[in-house]
Amino acid sequence: MNMKKNLEQKLYDLALKKTEYTQIIEKIGREPNDLELGLFGSLWSEHCGYQHSKPLLKKFKFSNDNILVDAGSQNAGAVDIGNGLAAVFKIESHNHPSAVEPVQGAATGIGGIVRDILAMGARPVALMNSLRFGDMSLKNDIHIFNGVIAGISEYGNCIGIPNVGGEIVFDESYNNNPLVNAFCLGIVKHDEIVEAKVGDVDNILILAGSRTGKDGIHGASGLASQTLEEESTSKSTVQVGDPFLEKLLIEACLEVIKEDGFVGLQDLGAAGLTSSVVEAAERSKKGVELNLDQIKLRDISMTPYEIMLSESQERMLVSCKPGNEKSIIEIFKKWDLEAYQIGKVINKPYINIYYKNELVADLPIAPLVECPTYTLNPVKPKTIKSNVQFNFDIKHFENHVAEFISNNNLSSRNSVFRRYDHQVQNNTVIIPGHSSAGIRVKETGDTLLLTTDGNSRYCSVDPYKGTLITVAESCRNISTLGGTPLAITNCLNFGNPENPEVYYQLDQATTALSEASKFFNAPVISGNVSLYNETNNGAIKPSPIISTLGILKNGTNITKSGFVNDNDIVYLLGIDNLELDLESLHGSEYENYFYKSVTGIPEIDLDKEKILQDTNRELINKGLINSANDCSDGGLLVTLLEKCFLGGKGFEFTINLNNNNLIPTLFGEVNSRIVISISSNNEKKLLNHLDQSILPYIKIGKVKSDDFIITQKFSLNLASMKDKWLNKLNHISN
Amino acid sequence: MKKTKFGIVVFPGTWSDQDCYHAVSTILGNQSVFLWHKETDLKDIDCLILPGGFSYGDYLRPGAIARFSPIMNEIIKFANSGKPVIGICNGFQILCEANLLPGILLPNNVLEFRCAKTHLRVENNVSTFSNECNSNQILNIPISHGEGNYYANNDTLEELEGNDRILFRYSSESGDISKNYNPNGSINNIAGIINKNKNVLGMMPHPERSCESILGSTDGNYIFKSIMKSITQS
Repeated sequence: MNMKKNLEQKLYDLALKKTEYTQIIEKIGREPNDLELGLFGSLWSEHCGYQHSKPLLKKFKFSNDNILVDAGSQNAGAVDIGNGLAAVFKIESHNHPSAVEPVQGAATGIGGIVRDILAMGARPVALMNSLRFGDMSLKNDIHIFNGVIAGISEYGNCIGIPNVGGEIVFDESYNNNPLVNAFCLGIVKHDEIVEAKVGDVDNILILAGSRTGKDGIHGASGLASQTLEEESTSKSTVQVGDPFLEKLLIEACLEVIKEDGFVGLQDLGAAGLTSSVVEAAERSKKGVELNLDQIKLRDISMTPYEIMLSESQERMLVSCKPGNEKSIIEIFKKWDLEAYQIGKVINKPYINIYYKNELVADLPIAPLVECPTYTLNPVKPKTIKSNVQFNFDIKHFENHVAEFISNNNLSSRNSVFRRYDHQVQNNTVIIPGHSSAGIRVKETGDTLLLTTDGNSRYCSVDPYKGTLITVAESCRNISTLGGTPLAITNCLNFGNPENPEVYYQLDQATTALSEASKFFNAPVISGNVSLYNETNNGAIKPSPIISTLGILKNGTNITKSGFVNDNDIVYLLGIDNLELDLESLHGSEYENYFYKSVTGIPEIDLDKEKILQDTNRELINKGLINSANDCSDGGLLVTLLEKCFLGGKGFEFTINLNNNNLIPTLFGEVNSRIVISISSNNEKKLLNHLDQSILPYIKIGKVKSDDFIITQKFSLNLASMKDKWLNKLNHISN
Repeated sequence: MKKTKFGIVVFPGTWSDQDCYHAVSTILGNQSVFLWHKETDLKDIDCLILPGGFSYGDYLRPGAIARFSPIMNEIIKFANSGKPVIGICNGFQILCEANLLPGILLPNNVLEFRCAKTHLRVENNVSTFSNECNSNQILNIPISHGEGNYYANNDTLEELEGNDRILFRYSSESGDISKNYNPNGSINNIAGIINKNKNVLGMMPHPERSCESILGSTDGNYIFKSIMKSITQS
């Protein structure tokens, strides 16, 4: 660090406030030196310290007996999946790095989340991404889209973990500010869950993996804690990933944790060695002594400040009992990885950093991790009254449908997902492109269902209800295929929290998530917050991303998403009529796409939602359902068309549709609906079951071999429509 | 009946090793051992599998570094002794780099990674690797690679075509061999070839990923069962 920089500049670089600087002096009783200030700056950042979100995250208190490791205590939470096994999972943002350098930003997002899961001692078994891009009107957003997909593909495919998809949404509010959230799921035996701790005095700290370089310095404090306007020249703060090293690190660490004398494992993520060492020391209520001269550098001119804040990728910190370091280092060497002792555990709860035999930092651990938090007064934004006047032109209905189904948000994601290796490890029993993806657990024969969901349209008009709906939909995506939701991870992507209206969104969304997670008995076990998602065009739409893990017992018989047999009967569960009114178009993808507007207040009845999900699960368990899809974005027609495309079938409405409200009926969005198809000989059993429940339902049509008949007057040419639907995203990427 | 013992080579960056083990041992009940790339003892195996992955990160050219691994000398000796060797995906690339198979794997003509369902038409069903297949049988076996575009010069192609050394071609579900069903631009839709002695197979698709119906297909088992049959009958 340039010693000539004045204090103001130093604080700006670290995104520290003057008042925070005063607090540091109070806490340590003197002025910190530059290195010490750097440690505080990165640990007190929004990214590491959750300055604005910590008080809100405390709402996620709900837990249940399935939870083995609660949110916040370790790198990720853990939930029981039977037979002594646990699922460990988490979703994390890499938005700002991806905006600045899309390929590496997205790639290192995967690398980072994989190491979080690895740090729990779990073998990573699945990846997913929740992605948000601009509306593709700007060249830069096409560049970001192409780069992000390439980065995910190049990094993920190399490390031997299936990427089972996730979701992709396009919206103007993400212009120049993409959201790149990366999810990883791992599996570990209960008694082999590893803690990110340093353990007892005299334990040895070993750094393993990549060498430490100048990349990523100020990633946590600067890049992730400022808005994007401020960081146009921040390229050097983006890390560069090496997936090959990551793959070696995975295998080596999974071997090391079984070695005698192993104590703890911690990844080096945001704020690099600083947060890694300090957090691990804090968990063990001990101190650490580090010798920076031991650290292998890519550039020997690096200062202690740069070494401590480097976010070079593919590094892990191991703690072991004294005397066992040699055998642990040997395992890393077997995998051609560098590993060496960098320090030891001391009794005094301090971090002592030595450089060229001098003590260059001497700070107590406690204040470093006691980041000041801020609670603002949320201010509800003014609601904008709907002024959309729908006007339908039924004459060109087929073109209208073709255009809609092949728009960026509704078209098939196949041209992206086929670039991800989604099959390695031989467990992917539900491939990307369905309600949820499915990973078989070889040891139990059960299937884990995974989904990511977000609905920033709904959240932008009502962050509370929008988030409730998102959680409901996420759980519905599990229940649709017969699974039971187990636990939730989340990534809260919002604008600048210092803006009271953004803070309101964050406050409402966290309240809703906390309530809904309890309602669906799916505790929040991990998560991440990404704030300051703003450009000079303003903040992104509030985007809480919910990722739910569910379990499908004895999952050898997987329910299809596409139609299965000709003449199967199609029912819509959750509603008993097909006469939707104009209200149902407000806030819908239809309104968003054709009228460039999102209005109205979305509604959901959680009790009804639960009955729907339970009923659908029971019907699947009874073996009555041939295919099931949840009915959400784009409405009923989009769901039916997808079922035709996926199954290579057609469909005919057998109930009369009223031409006067054809558009709302077909495109309106009403929550809590699932479309199922059944064999005609199961119809009696189905009705017996449904009639015992208060769940509304309606028989709507039957599966045909081809053709899509809406009314006698309207039918759709499926072949040409499918072609457009399938290839739309391919055209952006070219 | 004699059990078949498979050896599965593990290079740094290999990721199909566990899947190959799952297919040949868990599903098909054979014995198998992992062979670390630094080893020089092949442990009395009957068949060698070079699995998929990104050996050494494939930063130079797929397989270009792996072919210099200590184990490669033993692999070459093993192949030259006439015992069966199967290279899958990255394994195929390594076999080409080591000159155990002719030709080369170029970047896919779509210039992107492809993980997709593909159908293969069996072109020769009398080999060590395909004797359990019917003539022109269609196998549903997926691909997962960025550089699987097989290329060879005309002389080599003539030699391959003329001596039944092309084992599998990408095709439609009904066996149509046309460009529409070629996922990566491979010349003559080639998906798998064997060497002159017919004991070394290289293929880009992953038979170990189609070993259970829950994964979408069991057609990969035809290839492993063919190898097992050849070994037990020899």
